[in-house]
Amino acid sequence: MIQFFQTFPLDLLLIQTVNGIVSGLILALVASGLTLIFGIMDVVNFAHGELFMLGAYLGVVVMASTGNFWLALIIATLIVAILGAALQVVTLRPLIGRDPLNTILATFGISLILQNFALWEFGPVSRKLPEPITSHFTLFYLQYPWYRIVIAALSAAIIGGFWLFLKYSKFGVWIRATTQDRVMAQAMGIPVPWVYTGVFAIGAAMAAASGVLFGPLGSINHTMGLDWVLKAFIVVVVGGMGNLGGSIAAAIFVSLLESYAAIWVDPSRAVIVSFVVLILTLLFRPTGLFVPTPK
Amino acid sequence: MTTAPFDKAMPLGKSKLSHTAVYWIGFGVVMAVLIVAPLVLPIFWAKFLTEILIWGLLAMSSDLLIGYTGMISFGHSAFFGLGMYGAAGALLQTSPPNLWAAIFAGLFGAACVALFVAYFSTRLRDIYFAITTLIFSQIFYVIIFTWTAVTGGENGLIFTRPHFSIPFLVDMRFNVMTMHWFVLALVAGSYLLLRRITRSPFGMVLQSIRENEARTRAIGYPVERYKIVAVILSGLFAGLAGVLYAVQNEFAAPDFVFFVTSGDTVIFNVIGGIGTLVGPIVGAGFFQLLRELMSRIFGDQFPYLIPLGVIFIVMIIFLPQGLLGFARRWLNK
Amino acid sequence: MSAAADRIKPLVRVESLHTYYGKSHILDGVSLEVAPGEVVGLLGRNGVGKSTTLKSIMGLVQPSQGQILLEGTAITGLAPHRLARLGIGYVPEDRRIFRLLTVMENLRTGLDRAGVSDERKQKLLDKAFTYFPRLAERRGQAGGTLSGGEQQMLAIARAMMLEPKIILLDEPTEGLMPRMVSQIREIIDVLHQEGVAILLVEQNVPLTLQASQRIYIMEKGSVRHHCAASDIKVDDPVIKQYLGV
Repeated sequence: MIQFFQTFPLDLLLIQTVNGIVSGLILALVASGLTLIFGIMDVVNFAHGELFMLGAYLGVVVMASTGNFWLALIIATLIVAILGAALQVVTLRPLIGRDPLNTILATFGISLILQNFALWEFGPVSRKLPEPITSHFTLFYLQYPWYRIVIAALSAAIIGGFWLFLKYSKFGVWIRATTQDRVMAQAMGIPVPWVYTGVFAIGAAMAAASGVLFGPLGSINHTMGLDWVLKAFIVVVVGGMGNLGGSIAAAIFVSLLESYAAIWVDPSRAVIVSFVVLILTLLFRPTGLFVPTPK
Repeated sequence: MTTAPFDKAMPLGKSKLSHTAVYWIGFGVVMAVLIVAPLVLPIFWAKFLTEILIWGLLAMSSDLLIGYTGMISFGHSAFFGLGMYGAAGALLQTSPPNLWAAIFAGLFGAACVALFVAYFSTRLRDIYFAITTLIFSQIFYVIIFTWTAVTGGENGLIFTRPHFSIPFLVDMRFNVMTMHWFVLALVAGSYLLLRRITRSPFGMVLQSIRENEARTRAIGYPVERYKIVAVILSGLFAGLAGVLYAVQNEFAAPDFVFFVTSGDTVIFNVIGGIGTLVGPIVGAGFFQLLRELMSRIFGDQFPYLIPLGVIFIVMIIFLPQGLLGFARRWLNK
Repeated sequence: MSAAADRIKPLVRVESLHTYYGKSHILDGVSLEVAPGEVVGLLGRNGVGKSTTLKSIMGLVQPSQGQILLEGTAITGLAPHRLARLGIGYVPEDRRIFRLLTVMENLRTGLDRAGVSDERKQKLLDKAFTYFPRLAERRGQAGGTLSGGEQQMLAIARAMMLEPKIILLDEPTEGLMPRMVSQIREIIDVLHQEGVAILLVEQNVPLTLQASQRIYIMEKGSVRHHCAASDIKVDDPVIKQYLGV
């Protein structure tokens, strides 16, 4: 018995817990943007992963010219937000009112363009974003990097900030009114087409911010978007489509499980965990694991 | 998706006869051209044409779901891939490599995957179905990519092309032309079979599901069962395309199971025109030709998908019925 | 028909409106007008196109033919949110308040406009709460928890926050208790005194005749009768003809 506990990697488990929460919060930020766009505009944004990827690349570019990570974060987020707004106006507005499958295809087309643009502009070699804070602190027997904690905190702060924005600000009321009754929102003078553009821009900004925040944790290349959007979709389905709180919980849940799995298996196979969670969810609780009780 | 109605009024008495006649004459002409093609084209273009037919078959299989049942699937790369790997497996196991075993194994593999995907996904509507098929196709990609012992992992599998052999009758190697004719025969046969299916009572129910699922369900049809069968049929034809690709090219690689294949398939469908069966084949041809042209004019590194992506989006907005969409009614009569 | 109405430039004018829902020819050449500050009643049986007329003015339904003019300028085809900003308030048939937003937030959707000072917003809020004290009590509650009558009050108050030139009221008394009905009547009078025009669609003939200056009666998609409210009584044969069972 004692032998079991000696071999059981308790400290590794705790470190992976922290890692899981860190990547879980970044994933939560990505998934929140996706859920937001879907919940309010009924648009499945296939290009979400590419916006994440662009954010990361822009972060690299700004970082290279200014050396300031925080500036990179802000500028990359802003640029992608504007790009997102432009894309929405040009390609998605004409499709309002049509079968929602049209928008899946349109955003898929956008993802193709963005992905290949990144390949063309930045080349196939992966880039890296240097860590903004290099100091470490002691977590058990390891030196755990501070910046990971900072990134997690920032992700949580952005999500929290957005939640406050949604609840208390004027635009937040507009968004909530539009979601509940698009027609009456218009009758009250709310410029619904622009609310949609704004929501898409916010979702894109969240994706880009996640990209920059993730930058120091891994390598940046033009295909990273697909991995992340896939995970984000899984999280959104597991969390309950359109359910913001559910997505966040699901993101952390799935990331934790993957981190734990990575203790025993190869990380590239650890992703199977998220697939298993998805399958189980679809089998037993298709409306979402973190939704109160299915109606 | 909206389509442009093709409504030329035709005199009732003559219409049926002249439509059928025109249709079959048209079919005959197209077949004749495709049969003669490899005889007059340089080898590169003959092979190119054969590949277009294979991609066309894949796209056509997807059209059964998108155009006729109203379900967008991003999972066809899995069906295609399993067809390819199934065939590869059979060709590596049998000695001498047996064509029919390859076809059988490929179809079987594809059907298994289709059944699996269908079971989970069909209970979800529209968007969720599209997303879960995407996720599932990536699951299969990861499995194939990492299960190196069985699938050769990253490097895939290489094998030799089987002979075309019917016991006691024929045993010959394929050359560029006979390969093309074999593929053409199977693709044309698939087209006719699919056409038969879409015009059958089963096909009518599928289209009714596309038009108004709730109403179809209310009338009493077990919608989920019809959807599952549709997915399996679609998967079978996609798997056949995978088998043909393997036989034609003598290798199987995980790249084809990657999402990009599914994405390309959907592009062929949209560009060519959904709900027409031949539209997707035309879409495949259009896409591949454009790609080839662009790489010749602008060089290999040119990101041809950027202008193609733009064309794709423009078509969704302004021409959602696709290139052949105007003929949709006519082709389905 | 009063001569005065002819000389005053109409606030809202609908000219030969034709609207289709699919193949149904719902509005078959509707023409009417509302003068500034006037209360105009629109009567008729169910399904004759009264609600559709209001929706057309609000831009929620696009006509295939005809024009709608606001203070002389054509507004046909403008988006509803533009029309709301131009001064048209809309209170739909099923109230349609934002159920998940609080009473306060519902009012804010009309208050939060460009060019309105905080003082003015506060004044408007105070006015709303004075006329609808029940709303003041419930200001932090979600709209969906209010009773039917309270929701109707909220729907009207919300439209008032836009400071509209005209309010389109669609069957405000439907399903309400008599006590609430008279409250609605009072509100209409108050709005009239403030100079807000009202186009009132109603099934309640007595109320409409009391509250309005002029009335139109519609049948099968067009206006069949038009007169001053004072020129007609509840038991008039015309009323019986178009509204009788």
